[in-house]
Amino acid sequence: MTAQLDAAARSLVFEYLLRLGDDRLVLGHRLSEWCGHAPILEEDIALANIALDLIGHANLLLTLAGATEGKGRDADALAYFREAVEYRNALLVELPKGDFAVTIVRQFFFSVFALHQWSALQGSAQADLAGIAAKALKETKYHVRHTAGWMLKLGDGTPESHARAQRAVDDLWRYTGELFLADDVDRAVSEQRLGVDPSQLAESWRAHVLDVLERATLTVPESAWMQRGGREGRHTEHLGHLLAEMQIVARSFPGASW
Amino acid sequence: MGNDGDSQWPLWEVFTQPPGGAAHEHAGSVHAVDAETALQNARDVYARRGEAVSIWVVRSAAITASTPEDMGPFFDPGNDKPYRHPQFYKVPRGVKM
Repeated sequence: MTAQLDAAARSLVFEYLLRLGDDRLVLGHRLSEWCGHAPILEEDIALANIALDLIGHANLLLTLAGATEGKGRDADALAYFREAVEYRNALLVELPKGDFAVTIVRQFFFSVFALHQWSALQGSAQADLAGIAAKALKETKYHVRHTAGWMLKLGDGTPESHARAQRAVDDLWRYTGELFLADDVDRAVSEQRLGVDPSQLAESWRAHVLDVLERATLTVPESAWMQRGGREGRHTEHLGHLLAEMQIVARSFPGASW
Repeated sequence: MGNDGDSQWPLWEVFTQPPGGAAHEHAGSVHAVDAETALQNARDVYARRGEAVSIWVVRSAAITASTPEDMGPFFDPGNDKPYRHPQFYKVPRGVKM
């Protein structure tokens, strides 16, 4: 499939796949920070499982991105040897893990986004991407089920858990708009049916999220102002620290295997 | 959550059915606040690598178990009454086995 794309299309698809892959890689790494620290053993394992799923999706997407680019970069090269300004993830996924409520609310917001994104990507004309979508969709359905369950427990739980969950929704809401921003890359891959224009996912995401928030007795902030920048490489200061930790071993011992 | 002095969430026993249709077997136990969470935790702990096609969870408190004191009366075989075993009986001639 990739061989049939001309150079311009290859570059567009590469950029698009980086966005998909970087969202998962960065969020998977953030979530893995809970490993050994979650409030209860079973949840520790659950969060680590979800983190591993996301890193697995990132591995598939970045491998495909490297093959599409055609410059000999594999998933490791893209993950470990790019600087923060070259990362294309949305700001939402790089924010610190915060308390358990922040982690769950962020994970819920992203899981619902990924659910609708993978659903649509199953119809991609890029056969490899459609295949990845079909596999990832199953795991993502579980992520939605797990995090939506926690949203209800935290939001409709004790005064303390409700207050923390509401604060997390208030703090994170302004980072959700970026998920649905579409630029020329998104529109081009969408027109060629290779990818999905994220702005077309906004409505279904909002309906899905609002339904759960309402049942969790949580509300959405009134301000409509949204943060942006990640897709263009303008990140928060948090991504640099995350990458330093994630990349240190690969950069200290280039080519090492274990 | 108060579970017999345990500071953890309530305990659930997990039974998983291996692929191929064999019966559910006891896999272990997990803590969880409700049945749905217990099912998810059981999946994450005991069935993430394709070990199962079905999971049952049941509150540990709902299980009535025999005690060590029951060992003798419950399980000692009745070997002094050999007529309890089918091998005691001879197969009559003419019966096809």
